[in-house]
Amino acid sequence: MGSTITEKILARAAGAGEVHAGDIIEAKVDLALANDITAPLAIAEFESAGFTKVWDPARIALVPDHFAPNKDIKAAGQARKMREFARKHEIVNYFEVGRMGIEHVLLPDTGMVAPGDVVIGADSHTCTYGAVAAFSSGVGSTDFAAAMAWGHVWLRVPESIKFVYSGRPQPWVTGKDLMLHTIGLIGVDGALYQAMEFTGASIEALSMDERFTMCNMAIEAGGKSGIVGFDEKTTQYLQSRPEGSRARTVGQVFASDRDAEYARVVEVDVAAVPPTVSKPHLPSNAVAAASLGDVTIDQVIIGSCTNGRLEDLRQAASVLRGRKVHPDVRCIILPGTQQVCLDAAADGTMAALIEAGCAFSTPTCGACLGGHMGVLAEGERAVATTNRNFVGRMGHPGSEVYLASPYVAAASAVAGHVATPEEVGAGRGGSR
Amino acid sequence: MIFEGTVHAYGRDVDTDVIIPARYLNTNDPAELAKHCMEDIDADFVTSVKPGDIIVAHENFGCGSSREHAPVAIKQSGISVVVASSFARIFYRNSINTGLPIVICPAAAMEAKSGDTLRVDLVAGTVENLTQGTKHDADPFPPFMQELIDCGGLLPYVKSRVSGGSGS
Repeated sequence: MGSTITEKILARAAGAGEVHAGDIIEAKVDLALANDITAPLAIAEFESAGFTKVWDPARIALVPDHFAPNKDIKAAGQARKMREFARKHEIVNYFEVGRMGIEHVLLPDTGMVAPGDVVIGADSHTCTYGAVAAFSSGVGSTDFAAAMAWGHVWLRVPESIKFVYSGRPQPWVTGKDLMLHTIGLIGVDGALYQAMEFTGASIEALSMDERFTMCNMAIEAGGKSGIVGFDEKTTQYLQSRPEGSRARTVGQVFASDRDAEYARVVEVDVAAVPPTVSKPHLPSNAVAAASLGDVTIDQVIIGSCTNGRLEDLRQAASVLRGRKVHPDVRCIILPGTQQVCLDAAADGTMAALIEAGCAFSTPTCGACLGGHMGVLAEGERAVATTNRNFVGRMGHPGSEVYLASPYVAAASAVAGHVATPEEVGAGRGGSR
Repeated sequence: MIFEGTVHAYGRDVDTDVIIPARYLNTNDPAELAKHCMEDIDADFVTSVKPGDIIVAHENFGCGSSREHAPVAIKQSGISVVVASSFARIFYRNSINTGLPIVICPAAAMEAKSGDTLRVDLVAGTVENLTQGTKHDADPFPPFMQELIDCGGLLPYVKSRVSGGSGS
């Protein structure tokens, strides 16, 4: 019996010849990360347990992205705890505001993740890095504190679900739509404790940005990790990272064996997937955007760790260019990194969005979790390219979030209700 | 270890955003967090919960965000143990790592109602509903996780590993 790519990566990290689903292993960590919400708790635990030294300052990343730039006095205090810890322990990969980005966009883009790596992060969307054929998984603050001291993490080797995507996507259908559709198929705990392996010709056709989006949302199906196999696009992405970075200098390529064992195989006919939205209050409430009728909205969020990459903003701009955000709608752009801002400025994307009436934010998770930069009032409704639409996720417990792609979010911003690009007369026909 | 308390019952997919909303995550003070525990799905929880009470929920309890503030808030609110049909994986890890007792027992989770009295025996692995007169076996923990629990959580375990020289 062969092994999955996930089993092979974890076997390497455990220093074992082979590991199999169900085994409990101690895996060597290549990168451990935390943010301004999860790090302060981890630091308190690290220190109260009596640890004085981190295992390897170069393998730890601390990113103040959630409530930063600081949203209030308490948040400023939490951010300071993390900053002081980073200074004390000489953690070089601490990213101050100004260099900071949304962690799951920033860290792969700065070349900190290589194929075959094991990445754990005190943030549930750490599963994003599977897009570069790494194993990555979200954990809590204590696991992160332990990894800082120990350089290892205990893991139960997950079973994998193989998703096979085939067929040509309809116009305006992106990786985001495929993922919302997939979560709709299997449910919010459909991949509980399991790895989601995304395969098939349609995945090979996806851009790296779309692969990041899909892996990012594995957690929304309960998954431990999401992963896409290594190919030419992975190589191109890695080779365009900064010179000397981990992405360009190390990395081991693994692939699933043909006779690898899967918990199940799920086939997805991509041609049948429409532009999709997930209705409140679960990401699994996926329906065709066009089926909703007149759902009026107050706010649109475009960006986040799910859809805050350059291609996402370009897609939004392709719909918003020459159009105006509806007078009753606030449309807020949350770019992933400073580099995304620079690139969007250079190619006219930023200007198109601002001229359409969008507010262009500095990188922050902010509004996605109802922190700042776009909190919803009671009874308000948003369309967002983020990842969660739980009760109260973006503000008041009586507010609502519809999850969507950048295309659908931009069209909704113009229409003032949940809409497809077709409905507002956008005529480019999709991302490919 | 035996816990006996009054049930606060919930359905499936109770996410960590409702267990402790992100707007309160500008602190990691347990007492501050506990003031807002379950606020967005059960505004009365904070005033009605008594030390030793038990949260019971259906599938996928603790899904969503990795915030460890969720088990911290639950524990600090006085809850002695959480019984569910299943737990989301990060919440499961966080509970074991931080010492919040959790029990997987679908039969007990599906039948318990708010206000019932439950007796949970962690050693025997049983959940008894004293109000309904039923008793069920809970799923046992895998040996490694039992070892972590016996150690008092992950950090004491790691401490012994790192100081034992096997940590690199």
